[in-house]
This record gives sequence, C-alpha cells and structure tokens, in this order.
Amino acid sequence: MNFPILSSLILLPTIGALFILFTKSTSGKYQSSKYVALFISLANFLLSLYLWIVFDKNSVDFQFVENREWLSGFINYKVGIDGISILFVILTTFIIPICIISVNATIKNRLKDFLIAILIMETFMIGVFCSLDLVVFYLFFEAGLIPMFLIIGIWGGERRVYSAFKFFLYTLLGSVLMLVAIISIYWITGTTDVEKLYELGIKAEYQNLLWLAFFSSFAVKTPMWPVHTWLPDAHVEAPTVGSVLLAAILLKMAGYGFIRFSLGLFPIASENFTMLVYVLSLIAIIYTSLVALMQEDMKKLIAYSSVAHMGFVTLGIFTMTQQGIEGSIFQMISHGLVSAALFLSVGVVYERHHTRLINKYGGLVSVMPRYAIVFMVFTLGALGLPGTTGFIGEFLILMGAFEKNILVAMIASLGVILGAAYMLWLFKRVVFGEMNNQDLKSMKDLKTFEIITLSALVIPILFFGFYPEPIMNSIESSVEYTLNMYNFDLINNLASKD
Amino acid sequence: MENIQYILPEIFISISIMLFLLIGVFKKNSANLIYNLSNISLVVLLALIINLSSLDKIYLFNNSYLIDNLSNYMKIILVGSGIFVMLTGSKYIQVINLNKIEYPILILSSILGMMIMISSNDLIVFYMGLELQSLALYVLASFNRDNLLSTESGLKYFVLSALSSGLLLYGCSLTYGFSESTNFDQILINSTEFNYGTTFGIVFILVGLAFKISAVPFHMWAPDVYQGSPTSVTLFFAILPKIAALSVFIKFLYTPFANMIDQWQTIIVFISIASMIFGAVAAIGQNNLKRLIAYSSISHMGYALAGLATVSNQGIQSSITYISIYLVMNLAFFCCLFMLKRKEKYYENIEDLSGLSKKHPILSVSLLIILFSLAGIPPLAGFFAKFYVFLAVIEQSMYFLAIVGLLATVVAAFYYLRIIKIIYFDPEKEEYETSHNLGLKITLAVSTIFILAYFIYPSGITEIVSKITMI
Repeated sequence: MNFPILSSLILLPTIGALFILFTKSTSGKYQSSKYVALFISLANFLLSLYLWIVFDKNSVDFQFVENREWLSGFINYKVGIDGISILFVILTTFIIPICIISVNATIKNRLKDFLIAILIMETFMIGVFCSLDLVVFYLFFEAGLIPMFLIIGIWGGERRVYSAFKFFLYTLLGSVLMLVAIISIYWITGTTDVEKLYELGIKAEYQNLLWLAFFSSFAVKTPMWPVHTWLPDAHVEAPTVGSVLLAAILLKMAGYGFIRFSLGLFPIASENFTMLVYVLSLIAIIYTSLVALMQEDMKKLIAYSSVAHMGFVTLGIFTMTQQGIEGSIFQMISHGLVSAALFLSVGVVYERHHTRLINKYGGLVSVMPRYAIVFMVFTLGALGLPGTTGFIGEFLILMGAFEKNILVAMIASLGVILGAAYMLWLFKRVVFGEMNNQDLKSMKDLKTFEIITLSALVIPILFFGFYPEPIMNSIESSVEYTLNMYNFDLINNLASKD
Repeated sequence: MENIQYILPEIFISISIMLFLLIGVFKKNSANLIYNLSNISLVVLLALIINLSSLDKIYLFNNSYLIDNLSNYMKIILVGSGIFVMLTGSKYIQVINLNKIEYPILILSSILGMMIMISSNDLIVFYMGLELQSLALYVLASFNRDNLLSTESGLKYFVLSALSSGLLLYGCSLTYGFSESTNFDQILINSTEFNYGTTFGIVFILVGLAFKISAVPFHMWAPDVYQGSPTSVTLFFAILPKIAALSVFIKFLYTPFANMIDQWQTIIVFISIASMIFGAVAAIGQNNLKRLIAYSSISHMGYALAGLATVSNQGIQSSITYISIYLVMNLAFFCCLFMLKRKEKYYENIEDLSGLSKKHPILSVSLLIILFSLAGIPPLAGFFAKFYVFLAVIEQSMYFLAIVGLLATVVAAFYYLRIIKIIYFDPEKEEYETSHNLGLKITLAVSTIFILAYFIYPSGITEIVSKITMI
C-alpha cells in the first residue's frame, strides 16, 4: 500500500490541533501556538501542492484512492481525488494559512481555542472534498458545523448567538434529509461507494426524491434563494476569519456536492429539475444583487454578493455543458479567493475604525493608498473584469447558459451589470469621495502581515485571470467524464422508456 | 441442581445483599464499608456474567428462566453501568449526607430485580423481577427524605408506577387467560390465531412497559422524579431501568407476541414518534439540567423504540447499540453534573453553567463533546447510534418514521446548543471546586474519549450485538 497521502492531508491539521491543545503559555498570549498552527497549515499546503504535481491530469479516474474497512463490512472509509476535488483541496489549504496569519488582527481572546477550531475545521473541509463514500462525505459535511458554530458564537459580534443558532439549525435541517437519502441509496443499491454508484446507476424511479433530499441540503449550504437568509447573519456576526472560511470554502462544499452527487448520481432527476434550479439561481442573482445594492453594512453587502455569485455557480452547473460546469468550478475557485480577500479587506478597516457601516467611511485613498490598490483589485475581481478570475468564471457560465437557454442567459447577464454596480458603488463610497470623518485621517495603511495576506490573494486572482490554463487543464477531463456519464445515463433512460 | 451454575450471578448477588444487610445491622458506621463492598460485589458479578456469556441459549426452571445472548449482553451493560454509577456517585452521597447502609443495598437489589426481568421467560418471573426493582427504586427516589422535592418524587413515582404495574398485571392476566399459559414460548404457540383478548393483553402490557421506559404518553413521572431525586439516583434512573425495560420490551415483542406483529407495530411506531417529538419540544423550556435530561431521555427512548418497530434483527440490534451509546453519554453528562460543586453544594441549573469554559476548559470541552453527541452530530458516538437505527428503519421502508425522527433531532439540537451557548458564549460566574474523586474523573475521561473516538471503529458495539437474533 502506498503512503496514505490524502489521509495525512486530512489528519495533519487535527494532529496540529492536538499539539496546540497541550501547549502552555506563561504569558497567556499563545504566540508560539500560532506559529505551530501556521507551520502545520503551511505544511499541509505544501503537501497539497505536491499532490498537484504528482497528480495525473489526463486521467479521469479517482487518484490516490484509499479504501479501508470502516463500518463492519458495509461502509468503507474511502477517499480519493479527481481533477475537480484537488482544486478545492488546494483552495482550502491555501486559505487556512492566510486565516491563521490574519488571526492576530481579529481575535483578542482565547487565541488558542480559535486556532484549534480552525485546524479542526480544515480537517473536515478537506475531508468533504476527498471523500468518495456518501456516509464519509456526510460525516465530514456535518461535522464542520461544530467548529463553525463555535467560531461564530464565541468570537462573533453582538448578535452572534442568534446567527450561530440560525447557521447551525438551518444547515442541520437541510442535511438530515440528505442522511435519509444516503441510507435509502444504501438499501436500494447496496453500496454508498461513489465510484461503484457511478457504475451501477440508480433506478430512475427513485431519482427524483433522492435528488430533492440532496438538494435540500446543498441548497441551504450554497445558499440558494429562498434559504439564503442564514448567510448574511452568519457573515456579519462572524469574526473576519470566520467569514473568510465561510465564504471561501464552506459555500463551495455545496457546489462541489452538486457536481459530484446531484449530477453524477441522479442525472435523470437533474435533467427534470433543471428549470427549478435555473429559476432559483436567477432569482438569487437578480434579487440578492438588488438587495446588495441597498446594504449599509459592508460585510452584509459582500455576503449578499456571495449569494448572487453562488447563483451563477448553480446556474452554470445545471446548464450541463462543458463550458457551464467548467465555468462554475472556476467561479467557485475565483469566488473563494475574491470573497476571502474582500472579507479580509473589510476586516482591515474594521479593525482600525470599528465599524462596518459604509457611510462612516470615505476618501480612504488619501490615507491608505496601498489598501486602495488591493481593494480595487478585489472589487474588480468580484465584478468580473477581464484579467481577473471573476471574468473567466462568469463568461464561461454565460456561454454555457446561452447554449441551453437564451432567456436564462440574458437575465443572468443582467446580474453581471448589477454586480458591477454594487461593487463599484461600494468601492466609490469607501475609498473615494470626501473624507467627512476626521477620525479616518489617523488611519494607518496596511501592516506587514496584511500586505502578506492580501498580496497572497492578489497574485492568484490576477495570475489565473490572465492564465487560467492550469485550472482548466486540471478540471477538463474530469468534467468531460462527468458529462459523458450524465449524457449516457440520459440516453439509456430514454431508450429504456421506448 | 446441575443447572445452578447458570444462575450463579443471581445467587451471588442475592447472598451479597443479605450479607451486607447483616453487616450493616450489626456493625456500626459501616456505610462506607458496605458501599465499597457493594462495588466490589458488582465487579465480581460482572465477571460471573461475562464468564457465562459464551452460552447461547439455556432454559432453566421449567423454561421460566432464559439465558441467551440478549440477556447476557444486557446484563453486562447493566452491571457495568451499575459499577460506574456507584463509582461516580460516591462523593455526592457523602456530601449531601445520604451515605447510609441502605443506599448501596437498595441499588444492588434493584439490579437483582432487573437481572431477573432481563432473563425472565415467564410472566410470573418477569413480574417478580419488575416489582423487586420498582420497590427498590421507590425508596431510592425519596432517599433524601428531608428534601421536599425528593419525597414528592418518591411518592409520585410510587403512585404512578403502581398504577402502571397494575395495568401490566392486568395485561398479563388477560394474556394468560386467552393463551392458557404464562410461559413466553407457550404463549407464542397458543396465540397463532387472532383474538381480542390477547390484543388487549398486549396493549396493557405495552402501556406498563412504556411507563417503565418513560415513553410518551406515559412519561409524566420522569421530569419530576429526575429533578427531585438525588443526582446519583437520577443517574441510576436514567440508565439502568431503561436497559432492563428495553430488554423486556424486546423480549415481549419478539417472543410471546411475535405472532401478533400487526397488533403492536403501530403502537410502537406511535409511541416512538410521540416520544421523539415530545422529548425534543418539551426540553426547550427547561432550566433545570436534570429535568432537561429527563426530557432528553424521553426522546432518546423514542429512537431506541424506533429500532424495535422495524421487526427485523437489524432493528433490534440497532436499538441495543443505541441504548449502549446512550448510557455512556448519560454517564458522562452526569459526571459533569457531579463536578458542579461549590462549597458543599451541587448546582444543577442551566444558568450555573454560564461562562464555564473560561475557568474550566477541560470540563467544558467534555460537556461540548457530550452535548453534541447527544444531539447526534457526527463524528461523535451519538451520531452512529442514530445512524444505525435509521439504517434499520429505512431498510423496512418506514420513511415517515425516519424523517420525523431526523427532524426531531434538529429540534432537539436547539436545546443542546442552548446549553453550549451558555457554557461558551455567556459571561462567566464563580469558579467551581476542581478537586474531585478519582472514580469520577476516570469515568468522565473514559466515557468522553469513548464518545469522541467512537468513529475510529464505529462497528465495535454492532459486532458484539450482531449475535443477538430474535427472529
């Protein structure tokens, strides 16, 4: 048996967390545990990069598969990655060190507990993207609620309790139906192994209900309209790092789930429900963009913009075209980087001025020129300017949508304009304009660690914006394989009906 | 006489009880001695039972007593948790001045009664065991006799339990009247044809058993008794009678009444759903932790019964797995309750946990793990307990039961989260004492690690109970 590289990727952060648990600090500041956490997360990042290097991009199979007996013979612990999941793993391992570096700005108390929570969270998030068994997936998917609940609840803002409860209960409610579906799949097919299920297929008669059960979970997590209301609350109350994790990675679990499970396991149902997803996505795009326009709180604005962006993602996935799905994956990676960067940027000014209200800011460009530059890059990334990652994702999604349904594509394009409107308006009000608040004059420009974290995000946003090849290469064959399988199942189903 | 070796555990514990009574009467101030002796005798008892556990199926005394895999496993977890109950409560009963010789003796006799219940294969033997455990429990509930709540709970438990025993007895007599036998196997043979008399018998017996297991709608006693009894007795109430009652449930449903599945399945499904929902909803408003855990155990019993409603071996096994994990979680939770002590006084309200995490990080993390596990969030043991039950329920295509049950877990999650919120998010209060006796610490550590690490080998209990087949 080869070295279990994926399991070590999953377990390493937890081991780090255990290590931190047993460290003691006389000063009570736990600086050393921060370095431990940073070291562990960077090691994990390097490990995932190594994975990327040895990963065979032309193969459509799952790679680095580990299969161990787990639940006495009938459910195995199975992990493995393909071209799609590896990107999300790298995104996760990339975002976590950034979170840990920016911790000292936002977390004043209980730093040690916070680091443990983040590292455990990393374990669960990587686990979600690696798992090749539905029960293992569910386990990681749900387990992530515990650390996130604590992150929002302990280190959050004023209404943190309400938000933490709302986040937890909403997501749990969505997920329990998925558990029923997973167990049903086990009894219908005799396995919960994703690879085997791809081969076996699930009978058409069961697919609709199962699809809906999975959808209920993913729709809450994505979040799609009308079950998106937990997201703005959670984002606003969570500490900066919590928002980053939530926006950059947690939301992607659902998009990933749609591609891996909804499309892969229930192709016929996915086809049946395409219109439903289109409508919900379009409402999300247009409605939440309009809502975002009216927000006075920066974090809330970005939160609503996340809902709109995820609307593009779901739209792209359900176009069932090569461009659409590739665009969705690209959009998820891009949104992971951009929204993380935006929340960090808000964190930067919030930490100095202690308010997130937009109208308390203005004219920051004169006191914080460096900040203005990076914030501009992120704004442009969010609105999808060519040259940033945001553009490629949205462009491909719209291309896919045009192929399938022109009306849908046209409405979605409106969302791009609205997106530009609220992002530019936000930028204008915060960075430009008159500085009518005297306190702002004393604001300092970016500190070293902020420069490190923010430029770490600027680089990939611009790099992949100009040169998307590496990402596209990675996902191309896997997406093609998923689509082929999807179309094959559809044709078979039609043939069996005749 | 050659069969005597098979009931050695029962004989041993009976003799111990009598012996300890004598010691207690003739030797002054022997409360501590007897407490320790009882603990040792429980350990020996456990060893004796494990020694017999290789037996597959032995009938004794004219088929009125049965030792099989089910009874062996249930007795092992019964006595095992009895040992931990004694270990964790030892300091508590000293502090609140309950350290009398009767206390361990009553616990032992109640355990003896439960063992007889678990092994009974005859209505009369069963009833004898039931009364032995119940009478001991009445006294235990009101053991803190100077406390108004405790005496109230004892009286309440006595009145309601007597009523339910009456119903149960009436059911037994109906069953006997219509099936012409008190022996379980004989009842099974004689009840192949449907008749109303036996159906009524089943209903009355199920009512009586549902009372013992505190399932809705026969749960009314549980919150008051849990709250009023001394905490160590509450812990006893929360675990041991449930094990015995569940085991009797399995026995009744799948031995004498196995031909009447149509008659009882709906009842069990109803009781199960009602308990899951009621337990989850009613616990939301509670402020006393013991009362809250009473409602929580009502809803947990609903899940255990859901497994029984499936009429499959897998379902029975999942119920047994459920109760095994349930008892570990409850044990751990009560360990935490025993640790909330300040100046010779124990605290048991939710607000007393406020801000616990700042001064007592380890205790808080344990509570966090226990509560999330009780709520059934993966990857903790409580999730696997529920997972196995729903695996069995969905295998029988009982989707309604599964969906209602899982939605009830979301409601239940709310009140567990509420406790976590108070521990972690609220401002801190005074510190609690940190010196605890070793038994308590070890029990908490072992049970918490069990809950936390269960996911590494989640089929452990399932493999052991897979020997138990009733159908």
